[in-house]
Amino acid sequence: MKHLLSRTWFIGVLAALCMPAQAALNVLSCEAEWAALASEIGGKRLNVSSATTGQQDPHRIEARPSLIARVRNADLLVCTGLDLEAGWLPVLLQQSGNRRIQPGQPGNFVAGNLVPRLELPTQLDRAQGDVHGSGNPHIQLNPHNLVPVGEALATRLGELDPANAEAYRAAYADFRARLEFAMQRWEQQAVALNGVGVIAHHKDMVYLFDWLGMREIGNLEPKPGLEPSSAHLAALLQQLRQDPARMVLHTPYQSERASQWLSAQASIPAVMIPNTVGGTDAATDLFTLFEDIISRLLGGLQ
Amino acid sequence: MSIALAIGVASTLCARAAGATGSEAEQLRAELAATRAAFETRIAALEARLGAIETPPTKGEPVRSEQLDTIESRLQQVEIVANQPPQTSANAFNPQMSVILAGTWANLDENPDDYMLGGFVPAGGEGGPGERGFSLGETELTLSASIDPLFYGQVTFAVDAGDEISAEEALVRTSALPDGFTAQFGRFYSALAYQNAQHAHTWDFSDIPLVYQAMFGGQYKTEGLQLKWLAPLEQFVELGVEFGNGDQFPGQDDGNGVGAYTLFASTGNDIGASASWKGGIAWLGTEAGSRVYAEPDPSRQDVSNPTEFNGDSTTWNTYLVYKWAPNGNGQEHHFTLQGEYFDRHEDGVMLQLNTSRGNGRSSYRGDPSGWYLQGVYQFMPRWRVGLRYDSLDSGTLRLRSLDGVLRDADFPTLATYDPDRTTLMLDYSPTEYSRLRLQYAHDQSAPGATDQQLYLQYLMSLGAHGAHQF
Ligand SMILES: [Zn+2]
Repeated sequence: MKHLLSRTWFIGVLAALCMPAQAALNVLSCEAEWAALASEIGGKRLNVSSATTGQQDPHRIEARPSLIARVRNADLLVCTGLDLEAGWLPVLLQQSGNRRIQPGQPGNFVAGNLVPRLELPTQLDRAQGDVHGSGNPHIQLNPHNLVPVGEALATRLGELDPANAEAYRAAYADFRARLEFAMQRWEQQAVALNGVGVIAHHKDMVYLFDWLGMREIGNLEPKPGLEPSSAHLAALLQQLRQDPARMVLHTPYQSERASQWLSAQASIPAVMIPNTVGGTDAATDLFTLFEDIISRLLGGLQ
Repeated sequence: MSIALAIGVASTLCARAAGATGSEAEQLRAELAATRAAFETRIAALEARLGAIETPPTKGEPVRSEQLDTIESRLQQVEIVANQPPQTSANAFNPQMSVILAGTWANLDENPDDYMLGGFVPAGGEGGPGERGFSLGETELTLSASIDPLFYGQVTFAVDAGDEISAEEALVRTSALPDGFTAQFGRFYSALAYQNAQHAHTWDFSDIPLVYQAMFGGQYKTEGLQLKWLAPLEQFVELGVEFGNGDQFPGQDDGNGVGAYTLFASTGNDIGASASWKGGIAWLGTEAGSRVYAEPDPSRQDVSNPTEFNGDSTTWNTYLVYKWAPNGNGQEHHFTLQGEYFDRHEDGVMLQLNTSRGNGRSSYRGDPSGWYLQGVYQFMPRWRVGLRYDSLDSGTLRLRSLDGVLRDADFPTLATYDPDRTTLMLDYSPTEYSRLRLQYAHDQSAPGATDQQLYLQYLMSLGAHGAHQF
């Protein structure tokens, strides 16, 4: 009897340890846009979640115990890379005890390497602020970048879960068709934004401006990662006398104080735009994200 | 033991054949193809937009030639980026390097050379309020890199107050053990307490809580092996064990085997989107053989009697940390509350080479304990304020002379006393790489003297972006 009991107990432990193997793939993204992209491709076949929300600054995240536990149980980690997560992801990887998602493993997917990068620095010096050595990592605001990332992600999902590989490919093809149709519509809607000069809080919208042909006249941060200072804002205001901007932009997680100040001084609207899914109530997926961004930008022109 | 065995067997059985890993060349080829596809789509899109602008939209807005120019120049830009070769050099494989420059200016009412913690066996090490005037703090250099797909290595050299360079940590960590296991070996800060495992430049105050000074003479480092396991649960649950050499206080080891054992367990989770917590419990068991300190001779000034302890020492720790930031976004405001409690039991024999009445032996039992609680609040970007309270209890001293030579009065250092300290701090961080700090402490470490301590500190970080632990 005692022997039987201990065997039951042993099998119980074994079952508990093996459980994650039977469930659908656990996909954890570093930023909300990649979770949304994985959901487009994997639908109900995946357990998708994001480590950060649209209300959080992806540069500055606490390596919380809950995140370590989630990385521990992930089969696939989808992150921007390009040093965006350098302040917290290494701790999560190190403490997770999960070898499947370590750099170089099939469970570690880096989106940033798949797209043409802007602002590759020619010189690396922290006197220039918190520059990202591999180029500007805020790649998600140009929807064209979702095409190569989505394609590679569908392929990777198929490698990790060969039984559903065909389904991932088909879902990606469908997503791409819908995206290309939507992008044409967005680009038509946004013609009025072409050539429009704007001020952004951080250098995190350059891919958006590159896409829509907008001009970034300056940033509220004196250098990337530095808080806006009154001296810099005054200089910026002076600069706007020569080269006026139409609006000043910030994301949900950036303090609106500096934007409001410049808005009042320069008599231009301060516009908050979501920089990822979940940043605003309207931005519930990748499509509504860009719809919301464009409608907010057009609203700022009025 | 049977649990460890079961987990070991289970993890072996569980280890699934790793999915067919594409070779690196294949991966590169795929990435290249994806990049090429990306350019093609983007160039097609830009061309489409060029077309759209050449045939003016129905709204009838005239096309300005600058618009065409911008698009053309952006097309060129994209092509330039596309043609850039990938950055590769032998240098890319060098370890990541980060340097911490730290220094303090201290104004201390009491002479730090006379510093003692009343009621506690002196732990030596880096205890005490530090030097008066200007001094370098823990200036340190860290090199780290993946050694290969299986191991990661890290070494930290520090310059201490005595101008000596030592290896603070030199460790190898596994990165490919299955099923939540991680092993670490070399010299490292033990996981026996919360703040213990954190490097000095990440502390919220310029010095370590008093209880650490009393229990370990600073941080408890060990040389040995650590094994930990993270449970496959939604909640963070981690169990671990360490086998150390037991050289550092409270241990003193002269044998071949393992001199110190540590068991630790921690757990933590989120409370909604804005708050999270972590708590833990740990046990350290070690043996002291010939652990020596100098006991001042109560009958004669400037004479001290070498006092030696032989026996067992066990230490318990428990801690709780709570962090809050609105929606998990600490840019504007954030708050941290952190507390730890330590409890020690020692049992053995004190031998005193008492020069006035000859050598004597006493049986000794001690149960010192202590705790601290601290809160740090960022009240506006870049500025934080903190308050910490330290409280120690020397416990009841039980000495019984074994040969009639020694009396309790021969141990003035161990006379019952409960030190406490209150510390206030204000710091300013222009960026995440630099910090300036002002700290004031009201320190009652020893009976009869209250030390007012004022510190100005700088902490600068150069090089690789250090990731911070929770
Ligand atoms: Zn950035």
